[in-house]
Amino acid sequence: MTTQPKSARSRLDPEPLPRRDWLGLASLWAAASAFLFATLGMIRLPKAAVLASPSKRFRIHLPENLQPGQAFVPSGRPVAVFRDESGVWALSTICTHLGCIVKPTPAGFECPCHGSHFAADGSVTRGPAPQPLPWLKVSLSGNSLTVDAGAVVPSGSKVSA
Amino acid sequence: MKSSPTPPTALKEFRENLRAAPRRIWEAAFRGGKPATDRTRSTFVFGNVFLHLHSVRTHLWSLRWSTTLGLGIASAAAFFITLVTGVLLMFYYKPYPDAAYDSIKDIHFVVPTGRFIRNIHRWAANVMVVAVILHMARVFYTAAYRKPREFNWLIGLGLLVTTLGLSFTGYLLPWDQLAYWAITIGANIAQSPREVTDALRITDWFDPGGFQRLLLLGSDEVGAEALIRFYLLHVMILPLVLTALLAVHIWRVRKDGGLARPADADRRLGPPGEDVYPIFTQAPARTYHLAAIVKGRTPVVGRGPENTVPSMPHLFYAELAVLMLTVFLCLVLSLAWDAPLKELANPAVPENPAKAPWYFLGLQEMVAFSAFVGGIAIPSIVLIGLGLIPFLDREDAGTGGWFGGPGGWPLVRRSILWGLVAAVGIEAFAIHFGWLRQWFPHIPQLIITAVNPGTVLTAVYGLYSLWLVKRYGSARAGALGLFTCFLCGFTVLTIIGTYFRGPNWDFYWSSSQWPSH
Repeated sequence: MTTQPKSARSRLDPEPLPRRDWLGLASLWAAASAFLFATLGMIRLPKAAVLASPSKRFRIHLPENLQPGQAFVPSGRPVAVFRDESGVWALSTICTHLGCIVKPTPAGFECPCHGSHFAADGSVTRGPAPQPLPWLKVSLSGNSLTVDAGAVVPSGSKVSA
Repeated sequence: MKSSPTPPTALKEFRENLRAAPRRIWEAAFRGGKPATDRTRSTFVFGNVFLHLHSVRTHLWSLRWSTTLGLGIASAAAFFITLVTGVLLMFYYKPYPDAAYDSIKDIHFVVPTGRFIRNIHRWAANVMVVAVILHMARVFYTAAYRKPREFNWLIGLGLLVTTLGLSFTGYLLPWDQLAYWAITIGANIAQSPREVTDALRITDWFDPGGFQRLLLLGSDEVGAEALIRFYLLHVMILPLVLTALLAVHIWRVRKDGGLARPADADRRLGPPGEDVYPIFTQAPARTYHLAAIVKGRTPVVGRGPENTVPSMPHLFYAELAVLMLTVFLCLVLSLAWDAPLKELANPAVPENPAKAPWYFLGLQEMVAFSAFVGGIAIPSIVLIGLGLIPFLDREDAGTGGWFGGPGGWPLVRRSILWGLVAAVGIEAFAIHFGWLRQWFPHIPQLIITAVNPGTVLTAVYGLYSLWLVKRYGSARAGALGLFTCFLCGFTVLTIIGTYFRGPNWDFYWSSSQWPSH
């Protein structure tokens, strides 16, 4: 009886890799996980722990002759401030659609970029904006008032002295 | 007795070597010699790391103008032009708010040839976008994405996305009103998955949109951090990615057996001319293995006299001609139209209308109905659909010929009509009658996200394409219809966004009717 080799392999075929090369596999996995952790660390870098942006709190004086329903826009701030008999309140003028600055109109607000319209209370009346304009935190001290454009309060929150 | 003869001989040898040095340096650099014979023409190509991305010989079918229209090389040439002009602009450009604007002004008004270089950079970028889109259309319509070229089609999609990314990141760098507001819109589109997560009230726990925007801007507003990130992407990361993908893309053409050509290309070309020296004069009967390294047989086996010519000079001269034409086109455009520069960016006053670069205005038109659908969902669907084409169309009828496949040109013609009518019709309806929120003010946001002109148009095109698959019993017919429809939709939306949208994104027949402030 003659014995046959288990598989006739051409010498041109590559050598099969030994599957149970424990050291080899271990070092391969060690290298792979090291790369993985290095990548995770690198992904963490672009998100800073503290974001560079100017303070969103600012103090303003409302003009004496500000009429109810008339918007006061402090220069350079994406905020509209209103006053009537029941108090003072502020709305963000950053469009909730794609971040353009909306313009106060007698009926409410209009966005120049994609034509969203908002009512005076910030709710969407027309266009693609998915959310109403947020109301912002206002605090009164004497006749000056502080607006915090980073703090959102429930719609309809008016502040009176 | 004279002294030892060694010193004079060594000196003489040294002198001769010195004299021969220039010639030997030349020979060392150009080892193959002049590309005069077929053999030296071959070594000219495969002895050079850059040239050998191409194969040594090129099929005559690939050299016909009507095969490629030179669009792929035109894209690469435009990229090369932006690379050269971009490096020149970097001599003066400073990526910091306000300083950036001033440096662009310097380039425009003070730097010698600065304005011309910036114009060329901008026009080459535009030419590149057009050429890349047309190149994709050419590959699609000649069914050149089919096996074995599926992978190269995917690489091509990667190149398309990188090209658009390069254009978009370059848009912010001048830091003028146009740039600032286009990027504000772009960054908020990245944030628009919030449209869905807000409606589902899960944004506090799961906010991919906010994360994307933060990653892009490095801050919660468009400022210095955003500018340096866009600059880094524009001059470093994306060009490197594009160069790597481009090298693979061109090399894959060689590995996939040259450009796709019809099965009967050799018969249609007729026998090789007198000047074409065939590598095999008759069909070789034997299989040539390359020492077990290469799978399968060499391409010439069983095919017989080939219609191939040496790539040097035939292919390279053709490519050089396309490069020259591209340069010429960019120069003419740059002489005729200056690249725009508006006022310094003002975060308090949006540009009205704020328009993205023209190739994104089709998206902006859809974004004007739903940010998430127009800016993220539909582009993703289109990209995934394009990527799937070669894996769904496993047929082989019509490969290599224009509008090849079941249906052919009549099908494409009908699809153009259908694509245009559907896009214009839906847009006209939305412009004239408004959309859901005007009729039902309290409609939930999710319904608007799901049903808007963008999704309706996508659905109409998709159903039409499914009907074509059924009617012709062929995935290729469906793909032909769908691709044509999307090109038409893209064109219609881009034209409406560019020419018929004015302040507040309202519809105007012409910009002369725009209200004054």
